[in-house]
Amino acid sequence: MAADKVDPIHQFHINKLIPIEIGGYDLSFTNSALFMVATVVVAAAFLFLTTSSRSLVPGRLQSVSEMAYEFVGNMLRDAAGTQGMKFFPFVFSLFMFVLVANLLGLFPYFFTITSHIIVTFGLAALVIGTVVVYGFMKHGFGFLKLFVPHGVPVFLLPLVVLIEVISFVSRPVSLSVRLFANMLAGHITLKVFSGFVVSLSALGAVGVAGSVLPLAMAVALTALELLVAFLQAYVFAVLTCMYLNDALHPGH
Amino acid sequence: MFVTSAFAQESAPAADTSHAATEGDTHSGTSVPAEAHGTFPPFDPATFPSQLLWLAITFGLFYLFLKRVVMPRVGGIIDVRNDRITQDLDQAAKLKGEADAAVAAYEQELAEAKTKANAIGQQANDAAKAEAETARKKVEAALDQKLGEAEARISSIKANAMKEVGSIAEDTASAIVEALVGGKASKAEIAAAVKSVAR
Repeated sequence: MAADKVDPIHQFHINKLIPIEIGGYDLSFTNSALFMVATVVVAAAFLFLTTSSRSLVPGRLQSVSEMAYEFVGNMLRDAAGTQGMKFFPFVFSLFMFVLVANLLGLFPYFFTITSHIIVTFGLAALVIGTVVVYGFMKHGFGFLKLFVPHGVPVFLLPLVVLIEVISFVSRPVSLSVRLFANMLAGHITLKVFSGFVVSLSALGAVGVAGSVLPLAMAVALTALELLVAFLQAYVFAVLTCMYLNDALHPGH
Repeated sequence: MFVTSAFAQESAPAADTSHAATEGDTHSGTSVPAEAHGTFPPFDPATFPSQLLWLAITFGLFYLFLKRVVMPRVGGIIDVRNDRITQDLDQAAKLKGEADAAVAAYEQELAEAKTKANAIGQQANDAAKAEAETARKKVEAALDQKLGEAEARISSIKANAMKEVGSIAEDTASAIVEALVGGKASKAEIAAAVKSVAR
């Protein structure tokens, strides 16, 4: 049982809560799904309840909601211009979803949905899918100008186009792996240091004294993880804004 | 790699254990239950369909809720506030304009009052000056008159004196002549001589 406690991977296990299977696919309601629901409910309830008074002079919580709104709005306007504002609900939802999922994951015994590559990849694929679909809808084949930068000598063009295509294709991968790896690594480190505290404490008085160090580390790491939780949501949203800018203005 | 391990779970236990061994190496053998499960959970494709489905459902609902309810509301709050602020600023600007106008009117009135006061002062000054002038003129006229009278008296006295000067001179001359010459000069000669000297 002691080994089970210090297992840093245990926190990422998926447990079926309500087994559902349709057409051979396992679509069970798992702890991951539960925390997706929790994330959505917490984020939506916070935004909904804090703004329900519609005060002209906002209270603390209302100004938090407004700050988040204006923060994402300014981010999108800076990156993609006023035309980009049609994607404001999309980027705001992404930011709030990732942020709240990351923050919820910091609670002990809570599941971190962004520590699963398929979830972050799903979000990244949604972003890139939006970029590609909107880009082709708006510019037709002109969207392919994205891969042909201006002012490149003709003999270099095939190489540059190849590099641009590779960089575009790697975008969903880097977008999803960045978030996933940050959350995964942070939670594993946190778990490992916390595990040291438990195992050292079991060794008697010397162990208890020695466990102060990993305990301090765990506290410091929790603060760092709080920063990372916010930062990764921000990075995800900023990159989304920049990719959407490519869909709006493919000619560089 | 995780795809093969998924097949491994169902078909080939040998592959499963080899994969689990590599997994176990990374966390120094403490993770016995993870090895028993087979794969590193985030890379377990068996959970992908369920996670994707629930992600789509939850995120879709979240997106719709934010787009339909939350964002119009927050945007509305911010717009109302901005409107209110511009309105208040306009009001402040209007009040400031009014205050400026009041100050200008006050200053104009002050300037008018000043010029009026100056005019009144000037008028009083002029009147006083004119009065003083007439008084001076009156005094001067009186003085002139007195001067004239005095001069007239002086001239009459002078004339009388002059008249007597002739007879005194004649008397003196006749006395001098008598004393010097010892003869008597005629009265007419002496008068003629005195006259010629007096001229």
